Amino acid sequence: MNATQTSWRRRLTYYFKHGDVLWWALITLSALVAVVLVLWIGWQVWVQSAESRHAFGWAFVSPWAKPAWNPALDKFQAWPAIYGSLITALIALILAVPLALGIAVFLSELAPPWLRGPLNYMVEMLAAIPSVVYGLWGIYVFLPLVVVPVGKALEPLGGLPVVGELFQGPTPASGFTRLGAALVLVIMILPTIAAVSRDVLQAIPRSQREAAMALGATRWETVWKVLLPYGQSGILGAVILGFGRAIGETMAVTMVIGNSAGGGYSILKPGYTMASIIANEFAEAVSDLHTSALMEIGLVLFVITLLLNALARWLVVNRTIKRA
Amino acid sequence: MPTESVYAHVNLESNYRRRKILNAVMLSLTGLTVLVAVVPLVWITVYVVIKGGKYINWALFARLPAPMGAPGGGVLHAIEGTAVMVTLASVIAIPLALLGAFYLLARPNTSLAHGLRFSTDMLAGTPSIVIGLFGYAVIVVVQKHFSAFAGGIVLAIIMLPVVLRSAEEMLKLVPAEMREGALALGSPEWHAALKVVLPAAMEGIVTGVMLGIARAVGETAPLLFTALGNDNYEIGKIVRSGIRHHQSVGKILGQIFAQPADALPLTLWKYAQQPYQERVQQAWAVAFVLMLFALGINILARARLAYRRRKLYG
Repeated sequence: MNATQTSWRRRLTYYFKHGDVLWWALITLSALVAVVLVLWIGWQVWVQSAESRHAFGWAFVSPWAKPAWNPALDKFQAWPAIYGSLITALIALILAVPLALGIAVFLSELAPPWLRGPLNYMVEMLAAIPSVVYGLWGIYVFLPLVVVPVGKALEPLGGLPVVGELFQGPTPASGFTRLGAALVLVIMILPTIAAVSRDVLQAIPRSQREAAMALGATRWETVWKVLLPYGQSGILGAVILGFGRAIGETMAVTMVIGNSAGGGYSILKPGYTMASIIANEFAEAVSDLHTSALMEIGLVLFVITLLLNALARWLVVNRTIKRA
Repeated sequence: MPTESVYAHVNLESNYRRRKILNAVMLSLTGLTVLVAVVPLVWITVYVVIKGGKYINWALFARLPAPMGAPGGGVLHAIEGTAVMVTLASVIAIPLALLGAFYLLARPNTSLAHGLRFSTDMLAGTPSIVIGLFGYAVIVVVQKHFSAFAGGIVLAIIMLPVVLRSAEEMLKLVPAEMREGALALGSPEWHAALKVVLPAAMEGIVTGVMLGIARAVGETAPLLFTALGNDNYEIGKIVRSGIRHHQSVGKILGQIFAQPADALPLTLWKYAQQPYQERVQQAWAVAFVLMLFALGINILARARLAYRRRKLYG
């Protein structure tokens, strides 16, 4: 009886004198913060969008519902914004993936050591430039000089069956279009995809390269037939990560997409993305339902990026770069 | 035994030539993609530096904005707002991130550790605009007004995963023997962490913190409806009026955080879309400042990181 008491007391004094109880409590609580935050963010956008969810149901996000975004009449339907996010991100991916893979291959397989350092720097600098700076440069330089001519060149495709829908002109002279947003996104997601793919390629064991070379493969054949297939799940993860970036990117896209809730599928027209409609309208939302509808778009955005990032993480971390 | 093999019909010579040509073409193409990536970087950097550098002047850093359409004025309000909010964000995010990283170091394989790593990655991938919505819902709605405080909190949420990830990596680089040695000598866990592991990893952690700050300074989206913007944000004015009214230091600090505030990227965003020439010029000047800051910190941080890695691994 007495012995137990002393041992308890001793243990308590031991813990408290050294401060370890406090320390463990501190670091455990801090570790909980990020976990709680993710859950809390999800919970908040869910709760705050209740009004909109009850008012519009699944039709809010349906591609087949009649598109309507009219704050004055309290009618909201998110498909044009969702479509805007998907099409801009998709075009950005189609253009960025080959470029990013080329960069990754060059950086991990070909670049001589003296060139590797500076080039790695440059790719990472692209990711470091603030989004608003891309936007400003986009409005005044990139749109008139690149996007408008490209848009004009694409207009003839409007005559094609089915895909012609995507290229209905005329391109606005200012260049504020979904195409403009997509092309700015190409530059912005390039470093993400390139850097992760580079890490994936570098994590492939040297023996794979040596074996391919020993069989007489050229360098390109080593890359194309051995390294890329070996790293495919990691590279797919990098691509998905880039897709998530493109969908979530806000400021640059808001500045160049033209912010119009108009329907239609043409990439040569102004539009909205999920992120840009929130950025553009939330502070000036006219009614509770308007706020709630924007929150629901935030919810959709959150869920989509969460799923994409979880998938990408699983592909990159668990299947390719198996670190501790 | 027939000497001609099944490959007799294949022209080996031309096949080899074809492979070599394909090799050369494709490898040069990868080099070309690097050029394609470098072009926009150089284009943006040079353009912003030349165009923005032209409009840099003293007033930009020392004055509040002039009335719309009038020439002159500066973005002092935004500089002060950025400083206040990023300071608040750092004060909150850096200790939390470090403590979290220490948890990962001490208990790397518990389910909380896996949950934390997963959540950190998810938080880093969450669009910053959604974090802004969250800040609006839990702070602005509750307080019923926009504030620098709300802006600082959302920036802290942006910074947390950046600092936490790099801090974990940096702490892992410290040889485990150092921590174990300290523990074996009877030092308590917190002492080993703060007095032995932390100093050894300090250099790298500072790098991560710098990257986190650079990220927070450049963020706009989460501030749109938390800090909102405020053309008259001036710390000097708040402090002077506080002193005149004999307010306590706490009260004055409270007022600095209670007002809506502007930030450099927020100002850039607003000015970029205004029809007044002066505002657009100031937007370019602000872009110049932001770009210099972001690139400067990143170059510095990565140089330090490379240096440290070299020192550790030889």
